[in-house]
Amino acid sequence: MYASVVFLPLLGAIIAGFFGRKIGDRASQIVTCAGVGLSALLSVVIFNDVVLNSHPQTVQLFTFISSGGADVSWAFRFDTLTAVMLIVVNWVSFMVHVYSIGYMHHDPSVPRFQSYLSLFTFAMLMLITADNVVQLFFGWEGVGLASYLLIGFWYEKPSASAAAIKAFVVNRVGDFGFALGIFGTFVLTGSLGFDAIFAAAAGKADATFHIFGMDVHAITACCLLLFVGAMGKSAQLGLHTWLPDAMEGPTPVSALIHAATMVTAGVFMVARMSPLFEYSDTALTVVTVVGACTALFAATVGCVQNDIKRIIAYSTCSQLGYMFFAIGVSAYQAGIFHLFTHAFFKALLFLGAGSVIHAMSDEQDIRRMGGIWKQIPVTTALMYIGSLALAGIIPFAGHYSKDAILESAWASGTFVGHAAYVMGVGAAFLTAFYSWRLLILTFHGKPRADEHVMAHVHESPAVMIVPLLVLAGGALFAGIVGNPYFVGEDHLQFWGKAIFLLEDHQALENREHVSALISNLPAIAAVSGIALSYIFYMFVPSLPKLLASVFQPVYKFLLNKWYFDELYDFLFVKPAFWLGEGLWKGGDGQLIDGVGPDGVAAATRDIARRFSALQSGYLYHYAFAMLIGVAAFVTWYIVKVG
Amino acid sequence: MIQALVFYLFATVTVASGVMVISARNPVHAVLFLILAFFNAAGLFLLNGAEFLAMVLVVVYVGAVAVLFLFVVMLLDINYLKLREGFLQYLPTGGLIGLILLVELALVFGSWQFADGAPLSVAAPIPTPDAVTNTDALGRLIYTDYIYLFQAAGLILLVAMMGAIMLTLRSRPGVRKQKIYDQNSRNKASSVEIRKVASGGGI
Amino acid sequence: MLAIGLGHYLTVAAILFTLGVAGIFLNRRNVITIMMSIELMLLAVNLNFVAFSHALGDLMGQVFTMFILTVAAAEAAIGLAIVVVFFRNRGTIAVEDINQMKG
Repeated sequence: MYASVVFLPLLGAIIAGFFGRKIGDRASQIVTCAGVGLSALLSVVIFNDVVLNSHPQTVQLFTFISSGGADVSWAFRFDTLTAVMLIVVNWVSFMVHVYSIGYMHHDPSVPRFQSYLSLFTFAMLMLITADNVVQLFFGWEGVGLASYLLIGFWYEKPSASAAAIKAFVVNRVGDFGFALGIFGTFVLTGSLGFDAIFAAAAGKADATFHIFGMDVHAITACCLLLFVGAMGKSAQLGLHTWLPDAMEGPTPVSALIHAATMVTAGVFMVARMSPLFEYSDTALTVVTVVGACTALFAATVGCVQNDIKRIIAYSTCSQLGYMFFAIGVSAYQAGIFHLFTHAFFKALLFLGAGSVIHAMSDEQDIRRMGGIWKQIPVTTALMYIGSLALAGIIPFAGHYSKDAILESAWASGTFVGHAAYVMGVGAAFLTAFYSWRLLILTFHGKPRADEHVMAHVHESPAVMIVPLLVLAGGALFAGIVGNPYFVGEDHLQFWGKAIFLLEDHQALENREHVSALISNLPAIAAVSGIALSYIFYMFVPSLPKLLASVFQPVYKFLLNKWYFDELYDFLFVKPAFWLGEGLWKGGDGQLIDGVGPDGVAAATRDIARRFSALQSGYLYHYAFAMLIGVAAFVTWYIVKVG
Repeated sequence: MIQALVFYLFATVTVASGVMVISARNPVHAVLFLILAFFNAAGLFLLNGAEFLAMVLVVVYVGAVAVLFLFVVMLLDINYLKLREGFLQYLPTGGLIGLILLVELALVFGSWQFADGAPLSVAAPIPTPDAVTNTDALGRLIYTDYIYLFQAAGLILLVAMMGAIMLTLRSRPGVRKQKIYDQNSRNKASSVEIRKVASGGGI
Repeated sequence: MLAIGLGHYLTVAAILFTLGVAGIFLNRRNVITIMMSIELMLLAVNLNFVAFSHALGDLMGQVFTMFILTVAAAEAAIGLAIVVVFFRNRGTIAVEDINQMKG
């Protein structure tokens, strides 16, 4: 019965996808919302059973592969980690489905959209309920596919198609590392099921791979490769270039996939593999460094972006960095807690931004907004709630999870932990700054849009506001309510066996003992960020322009996203195109086609033309040929026989 | 002695006629030399005891085929002077091929010998001439063992005749022929018509 | 020299055959000459057969010669019919002008 939580969205997706044109827009919306809604209710039931009643379980379906040592079956694993993720994925997806009814109302392909959303939900659910790496990888690839389909939903737009391809290709790079990690894990432990892998991990703590003439520590290698996959999926520094371009998709897509669920798959996967990662200090250090750098990098870029969705996208990237460096210091629970709270307030921010875009007649540039808070008060309030949660102001949700992360980072005692703390505080300051920049420029001040647009500014319909209210509830209360369970007093009983910790990785426990300065610094940073943005954008509006012109190169550097796209274009894209074109024109065209079909055809024509010269039509030529043949035959006969 | 003389006579004339056939300027002369060659070849056949074949050669080859050649040569109006151009142009190549063949024939001639069991495995031994004539012996062989081949040969001749007629027969416009069938199938109703004519009036 | 054996006949046949071959080359202006050269070659072959028949005492040689004769006659008839028709259509029997089968 619990397995249906995964398959109900798939059913909705199939019905809306294949029969959407027959049953019409409204029916497709109802079917998909019903599927995901039922899943959401079921996920609450599962949470109650698995977590609150401490009853983790596995549901086997049937065998998938049975080949040598690789026995893989379709099975669902329900433990605390899964149950938490189920709540997150199902409820956010449900809200997005309902919101899309209003947002995509005028779109010509509503059934296709709803079907893709449900398909994505199914794949994500497969990922989080997987009991073995192969099923996880199946879900992993499935969400990548759904992401491609949804980013490129408006496929007639060339920028959307290009963005979809970019997302898929960058993800592919990560997936390649992930696949290698899976192979390494299988070689190391001889199994693909999580239970077997985790049981074998302790015994293989010191094992090495002998590869390319070197001895590498096996678990470190596997974990690093798995983390490469997580980097791709969760847009960490290096494989992050696809996330801002993914904003080409409709806003509900950004909310669902690129805020709450798909990008968190990487975090989930690393947390799931905690028994493996704990045995590799190197891998954990790498995770911490990458996470911290991403957090700071994305925050710096977010400060100068002008597209409302891109600001929020970089914010997502930054918050994912937080989650990763929490995991890196072995505070998995804090990372998942932040994932939980972040899902709510980030989805709220995205959907709220969608409301704003809808109100401003599809305008997305914040330089052309302003002064609309009186006309859309509910949306404004909701955006404020989301931003307060994001900035980590007490008592909103983000405060508890962010504090837990930063304190754990400091309490880990390692150099990278301290560095991560510092970078995290810096990122918190910048986060607050750019969040308020967005709010002030969008809602306050003098209107910078023309009268036509301003006259049309209206509050969104109920079907779009209600999901926002639900998510706002989460943004308000998820932190307070969840704090004792995720990271507080009850956390050991809450998590059970879902997360594995080594004896000396007790950062989460030790954070009780950090000094007051350390624990309050994030809050101070946030408030000062808010204050600074008020100064910049409310009181002294000329200041930003002045600063940008004085520090022109810095401004340009940040505006162009640290020139990562240009770097990758030069290093990878252009050589790949050059190679591809060379192989196509030279290799395939000239060599294979030339020698093969074209060459054979040309040779046939040529030889035939030469032979046809023999058919001169003259009788004596023919007679001559015959006689030469006779003479030759006689000669041959004499030579051979005689 | 006489035999050798006769042989050399026949052989020389045959070869000489052959040379003249291929090098005669006038095609009628060429055909006549061909006839001479045939006659002398028939003589050579006689020397080998094949009198039936010798007669057949004269009757069929000379009497029919060579005469046919003559008919055709005279029927077609050939400008034979113009046709002689280029005779010497192809002499080297033609001569070379002929020479090669001749040399090879000579080689074979110089080195061949009968197989060991050849005289014993004769398919159809020639009976002594005073017992059975050559014609008789041939007839006994052809009409018994090789009757099917003989009939096939007859069919070949039939086909050749039909082919020759088919190729050359044409219906010329303006040439009237008798159509016997039409003539015989006339009846009174289609050929005679009775009309009442008033006395003194015309038709 | 005086005793006429098989070899003598074979020599004559060989010479006749060679003459026939040469005739085909040297007389490419006149189709009739080519046909007569072919007859010469056939005659040489017949002579060969008959000579062997006499030497081996085997009547088969003569039977085969008869069949060759038959076929040669048929072939000459058809060949001449073709020449006649060709001349009717083209007005010439110069071998150089017979090139409509050019490939």
